[in-house]
Amino acid sequence: MNDRLSRVVVNGLLLGLAVLSLAPLMWMLSVSFMQPGEASHFPPPLLPSAPTLANYRELFLRAGMGRDLFNSAAIATLTTLMSLLFNTLAGYAFAKLRFAGRDQVFRALLAALVIPAQVAMMPLFLLLKQLHLVNTYAGAVVPGMAGVFGIFLVRQYARSLPDELLEAARIDGAGELRIFWQIVLPTLKPILVTLAIFSFLGAWNDFMWPLIVLSDEHLHTLPVALASLSREHVQDNELMMAGAVVTVVPVLALFLALQRYYLQGLLVGSVKG
Amino acid sequence: MRPALAGWAFAAPALAAILVFFLLPVLAALALSLTDFDIYALADLRNLRFVGLHNYAALLQDPLFWQALGNTLYFVVVGVPLSIAVSLGAALLLHSRLGVFRPFFRTAFFAPVVTTVVAVAVIWRYLFHTRYGLVNWALSWLDIHPVDWLGDPRWAMPTIILFAVWKNFGYNMIIFLAGLQSIPEDLYEAARIDGASRWRQFLHITLPMLGPTLVLVGILTLAGYFQLFAEPYVMTQGGPLQSTVSVLYLMYEQGFKWWNLGVASAVAFLLFLLMSGVTSGLLWMARRKGVE
Repeated sequence: MNDRLSRVVVNGLLLGLAVLSLAPLMWMLSVSFMQPGEASHFPPPLLPSAPTLANYRELFLRAGMGRDLFNSAAIATLTTLMSLLFNTLAGYAFAKLRFAGRDQVFRALLAALVIPAQVAMMPLFLLLKQLHLVNTYAGAVVPGMAGVFGIFLVRQYARSLPDELLEAARIDGAGELRIFWQIVLPTLKPILVTLAIFSFLGAWNDFMWPLIVLSDEHLHTLPVALASLSREHVQDNELMMAGAVVTVVPVLALFLALQRYYLQGLLVGSVKG
Repeated sequence: MRPALAGWAFAAPALAAILVFFLLPVLAALALSLTDFDIYALADLRNLRFVGLHNYAALLQDPLFWQALGNTLYFVVVGVPLSIAVSLGAALLLHSRLGVFRPFFRTAFFAPVVTTVVAVAVIWRYLFHTRYGLVNWALSWLDIHPVDWLGDPRWAMPTIILFAVWKNFGYNMIIFLAGLQSIPEDLYEAARIDGASRWRQFLHITLPMLGPTLVLVGILTLAGYFQLFAEPYVMTQGGPLQSTVSVLYLMYEQGFKWWNLGVASAVAFLLFLLMSGVTSGLLWMARRKGVE
């Protein structure tokens, strides 16, 4: 194959794949601005004839999507904060502090990665019911607040910290908590950003657990609300697309802003060892 | 505080959370799967009885369980290789020096990965709408009659597979891309001097060098695809004719719609067993071929 032809083929395929990847999202955006009923025509219109915010108004004023948005933001933020606290402490401990049984415990944690989360859901629901945490934010946050993946992510990064630095601080008489706070935490900043994005996106996009634990409509997160809306309003395509925009845009924006950290974490997380 | 003590103190909160909210519930699920926990036991624990392996035996005789298992395997067996192939193809395109604007394309291909499954499933349900969907409209140009994608038992699962591939291929693509970048360039140079075609270079250099990455990606993707749930929940509600009921969908309905938490736990454990079996099999095959 000559070089110019290869160039055309490669770039053509790249362009085609990009169109396939983005077209559904673009169309979602376009349809969300259409008049109610406009998208239910054949052939389907590509752009709104008279752009309107009516669907968004309907969602926020009548369907209570403002509340769902708040619930999603609150649960994702709480999960992120808890995950940062718990996983950073543990990840640093597994990387840098020698304690009895450390390596055995860590191996056990890695082995537990093969268990799918859904196995725990039935007893977890009963446990939270006993603790009166069903239909609370806490109930939705609990499974995401500490995780093997998060600990692993921080540990891999913290291992590159020079031991001499920590030893010097110990000789100077600094306590372990102070060393963590003043020396370790600042150097971990990049991986903390990565962990925060993973936790936030994971909590925001999660569907099955919020569906189970938040049956109260006032506590629904966006995915749960959108799913129940889509089962009721099968015909209202424009409304559904506006709901999808509200759900997807915050995480897409977050990803675009912090893409570098996200992709880095993805690679750390998948190269075990 | 001495480092040894500090170590335990720092790890304790996370370990306690994982123990209480994950590992103990997993063990409890095993116990629960041996009981007839249902809505009566939910109201009053005295209605709970130990039934041994009855839940498992009943499931293995339940046609709906086998249907769910078959549907899930269909999704996995077609979806995983297709997904990996598209990911690898996209990674090769992005890796090629001939491409322009590569960072832009990488971001574009990855965008669906970070979106919310429920939201994009709603979009796809509309794209594949029988009467107004863009897909049928595009096919009408080729003189193909409208297909009832999500309403026809033959097409519902393929549509969900296409959706999953579209949504997920970017993830593995990033891992493949890192793998491709770590292959030494002189290998290709030597092959070019020997007059090897691109296809032969791919077969004899790229694929073998990507071996460990392929195994890793295979395992991650298998684990993810076995957990099919939100897609059928939103796009088809398990229909038509239960052609898209997945194992987890069955678990959800048993556990949280009918409150048969004992049966649901048994379903979850059977899925776990199946996933472990398939993953071990894959690892065993990889080791025999000397990859890893």
